[in-house]
Amino acid sequence: MADIRNNFVGIKSPNPFWLASAPPTDKAYNVIRAFKAGWGGVVWKTLGEEGPPVVNVNGPRYGAIWGADRRLLGLNNIELITDRDLQTNLREMKQVKMDWPDRALIASIMVPCEEASWKAILPLVEETGADGIELNFGCPHGMSERGMGAAVGQVPEYIEMVVRWCKQYTRMPVITKLTPNITDIRKPARAAHAGGTDAVSLINTINSITGVDLDSFAPQPTIDGKGSHGGYCGPAVKPIAMNMVAEIARDPETSGLPISGIGGITTWRDAAEFLALGAGNVQVCTAAMTYGFKIVQEMIAGLENWMDEKGHRSLDDVIGRATPNVTDWQYLNLNYVAKAHIDQDACIKCGRCHIACEDTSHQAITNVVNGIRHFEVIEAECVGCNLCVNVCPVDNCITMEPLAAGVMDQRTGKPVSPVYANWTTHPNNPMAKVAAE
Amino acid sequence: MPEGQFKEGIVGGRLAADQYADNFSDLHPPLDHHEALVESDRCYFCYDAPCMNACPTSIDIPLFIRQISTGNPIGSAKTIFDQNILGGMCARVCPTETLCEEVCVREVAEGKPVQIGRLQRYATDVAMSENKQFYPRAEPTGKTVAVVGAGPAGLAAAHRLARHGHDVTILEARPKAGGLNEYGIAAYKSVDNFAQAEVDYVTAIGGIDIQNGKALGRDYQLSDLIRNYDAVFLGMGLGGVNALRADGEDAAGVTNAVEFIAELRQASDLSGLPVGRRVVVIGGGMTAIDAAVQSKLLGAEEVTICYRRGQEHMNASGFEQDLAAANGVTIRHWLQPKRVIAEGGKVSGIELEYTALNGDRLAGTGETLTLVADQVFKAIGQSFVPAALNGSGTSIDLEAGRIKVDAEGRTSLAKVWAGGDCIFGGDDLTVSAVAQGRDAAESIHRSLTQG
Repeated sequence: MADIRNNFVGIKSPNPFWLASAPPTDKAYNVIRAFKAGWGGVVWKTLGEEGPPVVNVNGPRYGAIWGADRRLLGLNNIELITDRDLQTNLREMKQVKMDWPDRALIASIMVPCEEASWKAILPLVEETGADGIELNFGCPHGMSERGMGAAVGQVPEYIEMVVRWCKQYTRMPVITKLTPNITDIRKPARAAHAGGTDAVSLINTINSITGVDLDSFAPQPTIDGKGSHGGYCGPAVKPIAMNMVAEIARDPETSGLPISGIGGITTWRDAAEFLALGAGNVQVCTAAMTYGFKIVQEMIAGLENWMDEKGHRSLDDVIGRATPNVTDWQYLNLNYVAKAHIDQDACIKCGRCHIACEDTSHQAITNVVNGIRHFEVIEAECVGCNLCVNVCPVDNCITMEPLAAGVMDQRTGKPVSPVYANWTTHPNNPMAKVAAE
Repeated sequence: MPEGQFKEGIVGGRLAADQYADNFSDLHPPLDHHEALVESDRCYFCYDAPCMNACPTSIDIPLFIRQISTGNPIGSAKTIFDQNILGGMCARVCPTETLCEEVCVREVAEGKPVQIGRLQRYATDVAMSENKQFYPRAEPTGKTVAVVGAGPAGLAAAHRLARHGHDVTILEARPKAGGLNEYGIAAYKSVDNFAQAEVDYVTAIGGIDIQNGKALGRDYQLSDLIRNYDAVFLGMGLGGVNALRADGEDAAGVTNAVEFIAELRQASDLSGLPVGRRVVVIGGGMTAIDAAVQSKLLGAEEVTICYRRGQEHMNASGFEQDLAAANGVTIRHWLQPKRVIAEGGKVSGIELEYTALNGDRLAGTGETLTLVADQVFKAIGQSFVPAALNGSGTSIDLEAGRIKVDAEGRTSLAKVWAGGDCIFGGDDLTVSAVAQGRDAAESIHRSLTQG
């Protein structure tokens, strides 16, 4: 049986599934329900400094986009950090940690970018027995207008500065949560690393407008006729999040820096993909907000079953296994040739592969052969782009089949070369490092 | 007190009053907004879609379904009406299971097609409930066209001709327009007087004058129409019912199924409609099913359909056969009527002979079976009655007993077109009649505007 116990920067949890700092972790009631359902840890909803708490809007806080059958694909929120009193949160955190010692409890913190503010709150948090802190440098709405959240996360120098203060004033492990609302995610990660962070977590939410009400011409969610950009999350952001995780994992400057992966994780498979790209554990929010806490049970069982099936004994067997395979385009093998192949028994003859290829690509799929509705790949035209695979509604009906070395590529009229050759050496590249043959 | 199913003879009032309303409610209740969105999401928007090619009126089905899914039911309805102005009725009565839905790639993939018929009803219901008229009439051409019969073919032809600016007079023998939509379809397929609502919707374009109670051959002659109008469209359907060719079929209690169905559709109070205790329906098509199921729904105890060939030869679709079975109708195959048994001039039973295929030829085996019955419905097909066309000078060419037309619907007579069930080569479907009426109208329009 696979062992999915997690040790993330010394913080132990029975599984790698944490709830991210967000509405589901705002108070003891929810967190206890989450632990009962089986979550390995929680990052408590972000604490602010002592004093009157922030206030939230009282209209809609969420917007969404949906797929077929109103399946929620992307969620957007404009909720701020906790709007409950700091002492109430600290008291509940302490009790919960006492009652659930085997679960990870992390405090998310966001206070003004001043040393005194951080110095003041850290001992209070430490006193709760929390296992670690997460610095909220990601929240893109509301708090960023006040110089916090993403306003810090977008300035690497600030990140490094605050991380240093935290490392100086607490012995708790420090996880720095990064905003994706930036052009190069490696810069803030490097800054956090330079400041001495124990880990980074990413991504926070993405600036977004989920819709426009076409009667009132107001962005959604709409509060009294106006809207503000919110933070986008859910399955739709997963590809963006995974790329950012991989960028940090493979950056020589941050290589080995633990990463808590966040962004659209909904199933065990999503989690396994983040782990493979280099995340040491994962955090989940939207899936729980969509389906409830029970969803973790599918994640746990699915991850265990997959690991058992593949012979992975612990998370360490999985974490970072895909990282070396993430590379730059210029290193991709240009001598690799694949062609689409349509399984005629699986084909339901919807014709979408044909029209996609015919209208928008390479005219490489038939629609009628000998007067009969029939879809097959014309290898002499197929560049192996994979669009047909992606638009086909039947799983595994169209596959990309690599051509073996030596086999004639009917499109180029040349046999497939057995030699790995990339753009850096290609004769068409004026910057080629090696002269063409 | 209801008479109940055990009362002998052909009587009304077998059921409690509220039972009739239940039994004759909508067979396929309309999809609500959410159901329509979910169902429309199932459509793959196929290229050169098989459903579209299977539709006799070639409705752009992927497009209208996509328009539903994007919250544009009005645009969806226009996509439907562009090809089929009777799209509302066709959504209710088309045997979709043998047309669009049979070839839906979802049917191929998972045995569960997109419910195209119900989606079409959803979109057309939205447009018709708003009385959204999509087609302004063209400038008046001053041309007049006579249409014989206000059924699906005639209405489709009239609408298209009116669009093109011609003035149309429809001459209809019956008291109401609609043809088989009004008189010939099971009540649970067209509830809430939909056939008349559709006639009103279609004629709202203007330029269409329907004159009821005007029968060809009785009140006017074809030669009159040819003389008085610029063109004539014949869409009078089938006037005759095939005989059983069994002894004693003139006994009381032997009825044409089409007449029973028409009577049922026109009945203001179904409890007043008599039906037998033991009903035998002879035939294997949609009419046989409609008559049998409705007999059962009126409270008959036993209803048996007897068809002279096998299950695989029945014209009624698999869905219709299942519908009959689900309503408690027994379908028996390989039985042909031999003799209607009567007592005191009233049906008391029917003697049937078993049949078998001898090569391609169907023959009786000599072995017989007698079923007790107090009512027998004949549903073995209808025939075209050409007599009404006589006395018109040059007679019109027929083929296999129906009017012969070319690909555009032109008959052998100049200025005369035809479509619907009365022409040779059709398939006796509402939707095909619509296509033929529409296409003949285009041909008429070309003829009237050229040269």
